[in-house]
Amino acid sequence: MAQDIADNRDTAAKKTPRPARSKRDSPESGFFVNLLSHSFLWLWGIMVIVPVVWIVISSFKTPREIATDPLGLPAVPQIQNYLNAWTNGNIGQYFLNTFQVMAFSITGTMLLGAMVAYVIARYEFPGNRLLYFFFAGGMMFPVFLALFPLFKTLENVGLLNTKTGLALVYIAYSLPFTVFFLTAFFRTLPHSIAEAAMIDGAGHYRLFFQVMLPMARPGLVAITIFNIIGQWNQFLLPLVLMSRNPDDAMISQGLANLAMRQGYEGDPGALFAGTVLAMIPVFIAYVIFQRQIQAGLTAGAVK
Amino acid sequence: MNHGKYPFILSFLAIPVALYVWLVIIPFAQAFQISFTDWSGSTSEFNYIGFDNYVNLFKDEQLVMPAIRHTAIILVVLPLVTIVLGLFFAFMLNVGGKSRQGRISGVAGARFHKVVYFFPQVLSVAIIGILFQQVYAPETFGGLLTSTLSAVGLPAPPNGFLADKNFVLLSVISVLVWSAVGFYLVFFSSAMASIPQDLYEAAILDGASRIQTFFKITLPLLWESVQTAWIYLSIIALDVFVLVYIMTPERGGPDGASEVVGGVIWKYAFNHGEQAFASALGVVLFFAALSLAVIALRVGRRERIEY
Repeated sequence: MAQDIADNRDTAAKKTPRPARSKRDSPESGFFVNLLSHSFLWLWGIMVIVPVVWIVISSFKTPREIATDPLGLPAVPQIQNYLNAWTNGNIGQYFLNTFQVMAFSITGTMLLGAMVAYVIARYEFPGNRLLYFFFAGGMMFPVFLALFPLFKTLENVGLLNTKTGLALVYIAYSLPFTVFFLTAFFRTLPHSIAEAAMIDGAGHYRLFFQVMLPMARPGLVAITIFNIIGQWNQFLLPLVLMSRNPDDAMISQGLANLAMRQGYEGDPGALFAGTVLAMIPVFIAYVIFQRQIQAGLTAGAVK
Repeated sequence: MNHGKYPFILSFLAIPVALYVWLVIIPFAQAFQISFTDWSGSTSEFNYIGFDNYVNLFKDEQLVMPAIRHTAIILVVLPLVTIVLGLFFAFMLNVGGKSRQGRISGVAGARFHKVVYFFPQVLSVAIIGILFQQVYAPETFGGLLTSTLSAVGLPAPPNGFLADKNFVLLSVISVLVWSAVGFYLVFFSSAMASIPQDLYEAAILDGASRIQTFFKITLPLLWESVQTAWIYLSIIALDVFVLVYIMTPERGGPDGASEVVGGVIWKYAFNHGEQAFASALGVVLFFAALSLAVIALRVGRRERIEY
């Protein structure tokens, strides 16, 4: 009897003050779903972090420790692995190659992409729509299809296995998305400012470089991030177009070569150290610009 | 306003259009042309042989057909798993938290989760490949997964996951999902952010559970984003190759158990010297991607919900 009253009081107490919440947070279903989904959230987080942390720890181990004690900590941190990776593994050279190519290709992509997008978005001329689809359509092409003809094209003009050739190809293959994205962006800029600048005597070129480009900055930043990450991660194009001299390799390609050579030479420590070295700039940039990178990459997909 | 308009337009378009035509359009057009020849790629001689390459594609039981089957599996599994996980995480992190006086919030630590989950997206595919090659390595080579499994007393494939025909494709798909989920979490999150709060508040007042809120409000309003994600993931699935190239034995092995269409095009073009055959397969891939996008847009078309 007393038990019944207690139960009644209990349920009454639960029901009366917050009727709206009773179902949503009801202990029977809510608790279990909650626990399950929270555990899963944390589990996924761990699944992302653990392999990365593990490779960092392994990069300080001796090859013997890597093979026999994969889950443990290194007895003595092997800084030597990093020196080996940088010099014997050529990681320093690969970094330099990648920077050289990308300094040219990112500038080219952004300048040419912005020019095309601007003209398409802001000027009326015959074939305007067609030009837009001509560029945007390139997003649908699987790059495999063009690899061999591209290889022959560059070979014919002597640009195969050159950084210039690779950078030109990066630019050409980054144009579809860049134009697609920036066209939408330039369309959103107000017409009144352009007209005012024109009345003040600015020509078409001044209008573009001094008025429109500065105004388009948020869009330019987003798509620059997108292109930097895309070109930094490129693997297939350098694999085909920069294959003759191993010293010319881009960073991803160089690491992959190191991974394949590792089979016989057996220096997993240097390989891990090289992988960590290649991750460091990306990691630092990500930690600092995490918000912009997420916004930039996903905005690129939505638009 | 129109003074000097056409010279200006021409001067802005000339270089980019020329570059694009030279390095993108013409190579693609050539690939279509090559697919109708018997060109090996090494000599300058070739004959037009019509659709023979296309017919022979489907007779190649050694490489092409297994690759098409594997790519089809990836095409179904990758978008499905990634989108379900992405939606689930996005919902948890944006509206899954406890409601305080009817206000909607994500679970505790939502920002931290978003930062962590998204990180693989900025790693290069080569790094991811090397990382997971080591995670899946046999225990004697210090593989993380195999060692962990045996540390807790579970069986692991003796030669590692990538050398095992039953696991290799699954292992590759898992890595693809691992690296893609964070992107779609953020992608769906930004779409969820534009759903008005009062819709949720009204639903909660009416006593809707979290699961009901998800299926009755979030999912219908997110439909267009899901459709976009599906197209993107399908294109990624069709283009899978670099991970297979870096991670798996014989770049598609063991025994062809992880052969994918991209890899077979690669092998025919650059190893076997059968350029025409490779191009034909590439053309098939192109039309597959095109039809998928068209189908996704047609089937997925629903009445647009204005809010």
